[in-house]
Amino acid sequence: MGEPTLQIDAGGVHYKDLNAQLRQAVADGAERVDLYNVFGQRYIGTDLHRSVEIHIHGTPGNDLASFMDGPCIVVHGNAQDGCGNTMNGGEVIVHGRAGDATGYSMRGGKVFIRDDVGYRVAIHMKQYEDKRPIIVIGGTAQHFLGEYMAGGVLVVLGLTLRPGERHTANFIGTGMHGGVMYIRGELEDYQLGKEVGQVPMEDADHALLRGLVDEYAAHFDRDAGDILSLTFTKLVPLSLRPYGRLYAY
Amino acid sequence: MASLENRYGDDKVYDACGLFGIMDVSGERFSGRDIVTGITNMEERGNGLGAGFAVYGCYPEHADCYAFHVMFTEPDSKPQVEEFLNEHFVMSRREQVPHQRTTELPNPPLIWRYFLCIDPKRIPEEKNGDEEEYIVDKVMELNTSGIGAYIYASGKNTGVFKGVGHPSQIAEYFGIEEYEGYLWTAHARFPTNTPGWWGGAHPFGLLDWTVVHNGEISSYGTNRRYLEMQGYHCTMQTDTEVMAYAADLLMRRHHLPVEVTATVMAPPLWIEIERMASEDQMLARTLRQVYGSLLINGPFTVIIARQGEMIGLTDRIRLRPLTAAASGDRLYLSSEEAPIRLVSPELDWVWTPVGGQPVVGRLGESIEPPMGATLSVQAPAYACAVQSVGV
Repeated sequence: MGEPTLQIDAGGVHYKDLNAQLRQAVADGAERVDLYNVFGQRYIGTDLHRSVEIHIHGTPGNDLASFMDGPCIVVHGNAQDGCGNTMNGGEVIVHGRAGDATGYSMRGGKVFIRDDVGYRVAIHMKQYEDKRPIIVIGGTAQHFLGEYMAGGVLVVLGLTLRPGERHTANFIGTGMHGGVMYIRGELEDYQLGKEVGQVPMEDADHALLRGLVDEYAAHFDRDAGDILSLTFTKLVPLSLRPYGRLYAY
Repeated sequence: MASLENRYGDDKVYDACGLFGIMDVSGERFSGRDIVTGITNMEERGNGLGAGFAVYGCYPEHADCYAFHVMFTEPDSKPQVEEFLNEHFVMSRREQVPHQRTTELPNPPLIWRYFLCIDPKRIPEEKNGDEEEYIVDKVMELNTSGIGAYIYASGKNTGVFKGVGHPSQIAEYFGIEEYEGYLWTAHARFPTNTPGWWGGAHPFGLLDWTVVHNGEISSYGTNRRYLEMQGYHCTMQTDTEVMAYAADLLMRRHHLPVEVTATVMAPPLWIEIERMASEDQMLARTLRQVYGSLLINGPFTVIIARQGEMIGLTDRIRLRPLTAAASGDRLYLSSEEAPIRLVSPELDWVWTPVGGQPVVGRLGESIEPPMGATLSVQAPAYACAVQSVGV
């Protein structure tokens, strides 16, 4: 058995070698691994299949936690594009912002981003039976939020918006055909894709949201009560097969 | 196919180009060290079939001359080229571009640079004494002559260094770290559907315009035909070339501001135009009618630069990445955030630019994150933590 806690200097290390070191550390029984000097190494956390705490000090590269299944990754910095790509289980907690396509094709687990995210967040996120991926964005998101979303839960809190400022994302939920979005604040109809609609919040929605906001608030030291005091917009797909007739002749 | 055409022993089958740009808006010149560090950090994005650097302010001792960088794919054409240059310009200095023979780049072409002044008497009357029009004409004339020589940079106080190799190799080959400038751009290439040859590496340049690009211009044919009607001829076998000529046409010849040029290249979607206030809508509709052939279709991110200005732009639905950041007087544009952090751990701002909206750094103007960009201030605490850990 190796050490339960481990520190790795990732400075100048190629991602293949870094991920090999991580796999070895996890195989040797590590419970917590701290990665220092991370500058753009890709796929960190991929091919790990049990719970272990990984702290990233720096800026992890694209496709952080892709295909990951079990670990909890805490990023002390910003994440780049494709964070949580096809992730299967575990958690990613980013103390900063994240780039485009966060939660891309995600299949399970949770992603918490403290601040803003880029384009196409949760694109083609999906769910199956007990696998229900969850993304909570503390700030606001850019265009094509939830594009082709097929399942899971996407929460956008808008905490980085200044007083009176609204979400500016357009084409929200374009092609969405599964799952649910909760967006704190109001949206204009033109901001929504053709395939989604606003529906009233029900008790089950409030309960789900309360739990997720509590988790967000605990991760980033915020007041859950304050966050929940504003109205949320609930978005669901209008059809489960929006393109079912597209290629039917 | 990719493996058949790849003679450089590289087994990568997919990725994307990498872009990096740094501008000091106060005009302070700095060495190429940071640009090399930044683009080398993204070497993974390219595959060794092209890399290059552009630098502004690098030839202060010849600041009034046009710095022609000429690539000889046929070394025998050099006397002919020099005769051509002597005939049309006043040559103030000529030299082979310094390089090191130690690296393993296969078959580098001969590359020379010529510092040229213009004798106004040699400019044909119909050009009305316009030096830059004269330069464009002469560049096109030589590049389409078929003699095996290409002028791939022709700006004042502007250098372009590029070739087939990884960014670190090209940087070493040309000794990039020994140059100084106030604005740098760099590229790591992953060629998609055009050959990886020295002339096809980025940046592309004409006058003091340079462009580095990630993406594919699916409107290349339309753009190229339109530009040919305006006197621009594409000779580099790569789609990016049209961006350099389009920038020259729109911003120099037609005097359009950067923001309007961005609206031509990456116009809002029609459903967005319909929601605009009437004056903006009129402008957007007019631009689409007048310059429809310069709409750049397909996914792209570009960094366009000229003396005093660095412009980052993505296609209107942002199908390629671009991160912008600011630290004091330095503006950074990059395909990824990590290389920015590597050269400047502490940043004032980091943001993801909105598709179709340009990020512009201008000499003498402070850096303002654009409206609608998402901003985030990050505490650089982790940068210090590293010191205390023995690994």
